[in-house]
Amino acid sequence: MNAGLLMDDTIAAVSTAMAPSGIGIVRVSGKEARTITDRIFRAKKEGKRLAEVKSHTIHYGWIVDQEEIIDEVLVMVMKGPRTYTGEDTVEIDCHGGVLAVQKVLEAVLKAGARAAQPGEFSKRAFLNGRIDLSQAEAVMDVISAKNTYALKSSESQLRGTLKKAIREIREAILYEIAFIESALDDPEHISLSGYPQKLEQVVKEQKAKVNQLLLSADEGKMIQEGIKTVILGKPNAGKSSLLNLLVGEEKAIVTDIAGTTRDVLEEHLILKGISLRILDTAGIRNTTDTVEKIGVDRAIEHAKDADLILYVVDVSVPLDENDQKIIELIQRKNAIVLMNKSDLAAVIDREKMEQLVKAPILSVSAREETGIDLLEETIRKLFFRGDISFNDEIYITNARHKQALLGAKMSLEQVENSIAMGMPEDFFSIDLMSAYEQLGEIIGESIGEDLVNEIFSKFCTGK
Amino acid sequence: MGVLEEYVDIVVIGAGHAGCEAALAAARLGLETIIFTVSVDSIAMMPCNPNIGGTSKGHLVREIDALGGEMGKNIDKTFIQSKMLNQSKGPAVHSLRAQADKRAYSQSMREVLENTEHLTIRQAEVAEICVENGILTGVKTVSGAIYHCKAAVLCTGVYLNARCIYGDVSTYTGPNGLQAATHLTDSLKANGIEMVRFKTGTPARVDKRSIDFSKMEEQLGDERVVPFSFSTDPESVQIPQESCWLTYTNEETHQIIRQNLDRSPLYSGMIEGTGPRYCPSIEDKVVKFADKNRHQVFLEPEGRYTNEMYVGGMSSSLPEDVQIAMYHTVPGLEHAKIVRNAYAIEYDCINPRQLLPSLEFKAIRGLFSGGQFNGSSGYEEAAAQGLIAGINASMKVKGREMLVLDRSESYIGVLIDDLVTKENHEPYRMMTSRAEYRLLLRQDNADLRLRKYGYQAGLISEEQYDALLLKEKQIKEEIERVEHTYVGTTSGINEVLEKLHSTPLQGGSSLGDLIRRPELNYQLLEEVDSNRPQLPEDVREQVNINIKYDGYIKRQMKQVEQFKKMEEKKIPENIDYDAIQSLRIEAKQKLNLYRPINIGQASRISGVSPADISVLLVYLGH
Repeated sequence: MNAGLLMDDTIAAVSTAMAPSGIGIVRVSGKEARTITDRIFRAKKEGKRLAEVKSHTIHYGWIVDQEEIIDEVLVMVMKGPRTYTGEDTVEIDCHGGVLAVQKVLEAVLKAGARAAQPGEFSKRAFLNGRIDLSQAEAVMDVISAKNTYALKSSESQLRGTLKKAIREIREAILYEIAFIESALDDPEHISLSGYPQKLEQVVKEQKAKVNQLLLSADEGKMIQEGIKTVILGKPNAGKSSLLNLLVGEEKAIVTDIAGTTRDVLEEHLILKGISLRILDTAGIRNTTDTVEKIGVDRAIEHAKDADLILYVVDVSVPLDENDQKIIELIQRKNAIVLMNKSDLAAVIDREKMEQLVKAPILSVSAREETGIDLLEETIRKLFFRGDISFNDEIYITNARHKQALLGAKMSLEQVENSIAMGMPEDFFSIDLMSAYEQLGEIIGESIGEDLVNEIFSKFCTGK
Repeated sequence: MGVLEEYVDIVVIGAGHAGCEAALAAARLGLETIIFTVSVDSIAMMPCNPNIGGTSKGHLVREIDALGGEMGKNIDKTFIQSKMLNQSKGPAVHSLRAQADKRAYSQSMREVLENTEHLTIRQAEVAEICVENGILTGVKTVSGAIYHCKAAVLCTGVYLNARCIYGDVSTYTGPNGLQAATHLTDSLKANGIEMVRFKTGTPARVDKRSIDFSKMEEQLGDERVVPFSFSTDPESVQIPQESCWLTYTNEETHQIIRQNLDRSPLYSGMIEGTGPRYCPSIEDKVVKFADKNRHQVFLEPEGRYTNEMYVGGMSSSLPEDVQIAMYHTVPGLEHAKIVRNAYAIEYDCINPRQLLPSLEFKAIRGLFSGGQFNGSSGYEEAAAQGLIAGINASMKVKGREMLVLDRSESYIGVLIDDLVTKENHEPYRMMTSRAEYRLLLRQDNADLRLRKYGYQAGLISEEQYDALLLKEKQIKEEIERVEHTYVGTTSGINEVLEKLHSTPLQGGSSLGDLIRRPELNYQLLEEVDSNRPQLPEDVREQVNINIKYDGYIKRQMKQVEQFKKMEEKKIPENIDYDAIQSLRIEAKQKLNLYRPINIGQASRISGVSPADISVLLVYLGH
């Protein structure tokens, strides 16, 4: 419940957005940084242990999960206090792209580190006297802002069905805790005879549900991660065709009738190791059709907080006030202009477009499937140059969710053990409560007076 | 005619369970103490249920005793039945409950008060508190007499502007028709104290001779009684016991209640106070749990030498005629004669967030409070707070450090922390589920947890403390010995194991590992433990529990370690939360309202997020 408020444990997170060379860094900080990393690091030079190497040295090897190699890495070992946080720090430079970074982080967490809270590295740096006193304000602002963001994103990234599933598991668990507790508080009114067998069944069911969720987490379905990429353009500019081409299947409906995509379609794809969330939107135009107008408004809404905008221009149609609107929208955003229908006779030329927007301009033909390689390459360059990135909180959010689910599962297993061992009933509720707490962390719900309220509302106790 | 003026060290207002503990603690610590009560005959009165203890409340009594309080000793002298509840469950939830002879309890406590040095009992209604520059200087009675003092403890219970109600009858009295205190609320309000109104209730008392016990189940006490007090000789409590009786309500009872709900002051809006959910009136139970077709009713004797029986489970504020009709539907009570009606009582109390964890008012130094006045309910909760308030008022006068128990070391700590830190909308009752570290907070180890504090305060004698140190040493050495005693597969050990329905050993094992087997314990393995020393029963008990639940206890101790670190981070009294830009507005408001003394307490305030706590830590870091 109070994790992260004290500095006696070891924390980990993806510490930067992608570096120029495409290296992602997982940073581990705390007393056990080196011993934890040793558990998952296999050095090129056999038998080398990070706990024993000199400070400020770099080591080559692999991060492994038991026998399986996750990634080829360079590990930098730095002993406190001459580090950013002032504590022993290990930085793992991963080479295998975005997914590998995620896996490495998970391995570090599994080995005993705790997922860092937003702003926690800065907080430790400050509290260890590594950041100047005058920066205290800034550190506090970072913590505050990052937490607000993380809370918001954690909420919004969690799919609705998952939220519901977690709530249901929690409700089931809370009911059992309340029952046990009311029986303990009022033994003469509520009997627990035969109850362990019943609880065993409930725990089994709920554990199965947690397992299901863990599978979703492994498949990356817990959160909607990736660079938020919005495809914008006038009606019938070929946005949906482009999406289909990128995704490789007919997801968006492509017709010749302008205004077909009235809502927002979303696809998730990994392009050269980069995770993209692509949103195909309704064509931007002034419209009186109410339904279509909603679609247009949504498109604009999405464009405003997009990480990357793909502006699709139909070169066979002259620019008009709708294009003007889109160009305004992408002015201060990362964007790529796609001159589509390059197979048709052009009425807009490249130079004209270059004067209007500063973004890279590419010629493509969705129909002929040309120019796609160049698009992929351009996105990759933007990404690795650091021009576009997404908040690293997303990695950590997913990792944190997973850690919490694993914790909940272990607690439920502990309950099963206690039942099997014939422990008295009051021992069950300790671990049930712990499962309940950990699941609550995922959906941002703390305990508060839940239990007492549940006891009073469900069970009639008292003199 | 001059005004009567007196000088004392400490004034205690109210002589209920909180007031008695407060006054005894102060006087025993050598301070001149005066205790005011509206009636000397009502000292330590039990106006509701005739028992002391029960789940989690029994823990409180043990803790009071460990600290040097009186409640445990007093009930040991005056109980008429005793039971260890939850015996089939884990040791953490074993809880003692004793039926009291109410008159004897009250009389015995009065004798203790009357014979305590430095303590004066005074029958008078305190009407005002005197405050100068935020510091308490004395109290004034209705007659205008002034008692100057260095500290005062408010333990007014349910007496402030008390009103008793049943049906459409309401009287402005305290319980049992005793005089209410009608002046003090105004004085407290005038001094900036925020008051709230709570409600509670009690069932009817019926004449034993009119009850048909043959239709009820007899509830006996334990064969071997365990005393509450660590200093009571266990042999002295093996006395003849009285029985309680169990019966049930039925559909007919519920029918009568439902038909007359419109005549209940609770539902007509005549009662404005907030009542406790854990102690619902029978009409509440029938409405809220409509699917239950019966509720338990316990008939409990009010004493050895009275015919009055308490009808537990059927508290009510319905009109007299409805009460009689509904009690008569219960098997065994068909012809019951009511001695006293059930009634609800409303009273003024405070919002306890105005208090520091020492139970001193944040805004008025030297003024302390305890018991129902603080928004709690129950004799044991009251006594626990009274004791702490009395100790701390004394520490204040002596210029010594306050005694603040935390959540990881006592139920008292949980009780007080909950009161001063959490939103409380109803009379607060202790529950085992409120104690997050309850595996460690057992009734069997209250002395090991708290006696040292009682000793430091001065309420526990050198001799008692030495006995505790010896006990600690014996437990430690015996656990050490047992964990390091190895038994092989030979020498008849497997024979013994088989006899005890335990799997035979394949290889060597420590005695500790055997004790941890669910079907075994320390006691059972005596036969295979040839070097076992002679140890007192309470030491053996501790050894068994500590070894048997070792894994769980260790896990809990780890949590406590984390918790302690947060508690140790103090927040300066003069901190200006508004000056910390990064705190969210809600957090600023809440922190200003509660003004927590440490980071741990701050983190438990609803509306203060972990991020706010991080911000606070960073702020405190420079």
